[in-house]
Amino acid sequence: MAESPTIPAGPRNAADRGGPEVSAPVPVLAGGWTDAGVTDKIAGLILNRGGSWLSGWDRHWRWRSALLVSFSGALILLAASTWLFMRGVGLFGVNIPVAWGFALGNFVWWIGIGHAGTFISAILLLLRQRWRTSINRYAEAMTLFAAGIAGLFPILHLGRPWFAYWLLPYPNRMELWPQWRSPLVWDIFAIATYLLVSLLFWYVGLIPDLASLRDKARRRSRQLLYGLLALGWRGDARHWDRYETAYLLLAGLATPLVVSVHTVVSLDFAIGNTPGYHSTIFPPYFVAGALFSGFAMVVTLAIPIRHYLQLQDFITLRHLDLAACVMLACSLFVAYGYLAEIFTAYYSGDPYEIAMTQDRFTGVYAPVYWAYIGCNVLAPQCLWWRRLRRCVPALLAVSLVINAGMWMERFLIVVQSLHRDFLPSSWDVFVPTLWDWTFLLGSIALFVWLFLMFVRYLPLISMAEMRGLVHETAEEARSGEGKAR
Amino acid sequence: MNSQYGTLGQFATPDALLQAIRQLRRESPAMQLEAYTPYAVEGLSAALGLKRNIVPAATLAGGVLGGLGGFLMQWYAAVVSYPVNIGGRPLNSWPMFIPAAFELAILGAALAAVASMLVANGLPRLYHPIFNAAHFNLATRDQYFLCIRADAAEHSFETISKKLMELGAHTVVEVRE
Repeated sequence: MAESPTIPAGPRNAADRGGPEVSAPVPVLAGGWTDAGVTDKIAGLILNRGGSWLSGWDRHWRWRSALLVSFSGALILLAASTWLFMRGVGLFGVNIPVAWGFALGNFVWWIGIGHAGTFISAILLLLRQRWRTSINRYAEAMTLFAAGIAGLFPILHLGRPWFAYWLLPYPNRMELWPQWRSPLVWDIFAIATYLLVSLLFWYVGLIPDLASLRDKARRRSRQLLYGLLALGWRGDARHWDRYETAYLLLAGLATPLVVSVHTVVSLDFAIGNTPGYHSTIFPPYFVAGALFSGFAMVVTLAIPIRHYLQLQDFITLRHLDLAACVMLACSLFVAYGYLAEIFTAYYSGDPYEIAMTQDRFTGVYAPVYWAYIGCNVLAPQCLWWRRLRRCVPALLAVSLVINAGMWMERFLIVVQSLHRDFLPSSWDVFVPTLWDWTFLLGSIALFVWLFLMFVRYLPLISMAEMRGLVHETAEEARSGEGKAR
Repeated sequence: MNSQYGTLGQFATPDALLQAIRQLRRESPAMQLEAYTPYAVEGLSAALGLKRNIVPAATLAGGVLGGLGGFLMQWYAAVVSYPVNIGGRPLNSWPMFIPAAFELAILGAALAAVASMLVANGLPRLYHPIFNAAHFNLATRDQYFLCIRADAAEHSFETISKKLMELGAHTVVEVRE
């Protein structure tokens, strides 16, 4: 605190201490960044890009061609949904024992991917893990998009989708109410709450950054757009005080919420008496699987982002390393779940449970079972090696393998359990049709398109929190404890 | 009529801002101070002497309202409005009402947290006199601002700006309504 009130004021008064504060190199942030530097870098990703179709093509062909491909995919999904609503669910490969096909598997997979964002933003905030700072924003966006896509699938799969709103309690002339004892009704409350709270959390976090964009934008249209979205934020200390309180409380609320959502999703299955569904391990096992696939998706997105947008200083190898550690831990949890399922099946002595388990090992869907054991249990074990956790191509490969493995797990739980239930006379095999694959790939395209739009129009790293991190590291460097954490 | 909103001093570092606030509050506690920072500076609330805000209480109220309301809705639907006799099982099967009530409690609390934060902050408010000040667009980038409100009639702009300069502000401007 070298300022003394008697020093004559001048434009470079800050130079008393050598100018504005500069971040010290820590594992989660490279050194040499200032408030202005991080703001300009992140805002520049939005404001300084663009250009006409022809002249901008050379610089932006990657983003634009990815946008074209993914948007075409999203349009295909839209067209396929229209056709589905016209023709009905007979387009899918579902039949009578297997009434829940790809649609429900996709639903569980997407909602699981949507869990890592809230986990990173909320739980890591409460635990004061500062590696969340540069990845929370895009992880929240990922959560929002994934949860939104997940919410589509149960509706797409309804026989009469135009009655989807019957799940909601509303005053109606039929004087009917939803069946509160059904997990499917709990599900709509869980998913809707999760979507709304994730949206609030994301938007509240964005407000100061939208104000930064408003103040930096030169074009009138952008000033207006970001200005309206920023709600007139001006960085008043009193506002910050309430803002921080509200943000922390949202984090505290999102923490039990994120655990409850996949628990309720797992109850959709566990409350049913089908062998393979009816299991008490399901809630924790589904939550662990959700984090597992969510972190895999975080890593899958982080690697291209940091590469193409040159964000290696903000999303460091340390971030990838820590995310890989979380994936490894989740992999062990999930492996425990697989073992517990097998053990309980045999220990129960229930012939249907035992037959179902043996069918997993050797039945029609056995290749899927062994493939996901390889993807979810064996492949992540290579993350025990620090060198591999810090090797970007290897990490990308592992994260893609886990994404695929988790999808296969969801598929197997949904389909294999149903295809052989109690009565052999009703057994049948589910074979996905071209439409099943169209909806799966179309939903991935929609997700990619939404994410590309987000990266282009909203700050993908929280500028306000990065400024805070710059000062925190600078202060630590001054007091000589910077290297400790 | 006084059309002056206040006097705005611009500081380059959060520490300079904090020190200026502490000194001003020591010397003249009656002054109305407003600080504008690009991120939530630690210790700023304490330096300004802010009291506890309304957000936690509103959040609690929203959560209780959402949870109780959700539970009562289910109880009313299942017991009073639309009782269904399923093999003589109790109509008020409350454990089954917990999941939806829990989700609604979280939803009510989250909505209340955000709504109370925005209402108490007076947002959305797209126009504010402070936006008229020169360089104020840097308040969301890397500059720290301290505004002394013009209500204190005995201080002229000149004395206040001199004071702010002494406290380490590198630029001082007048903010007009």
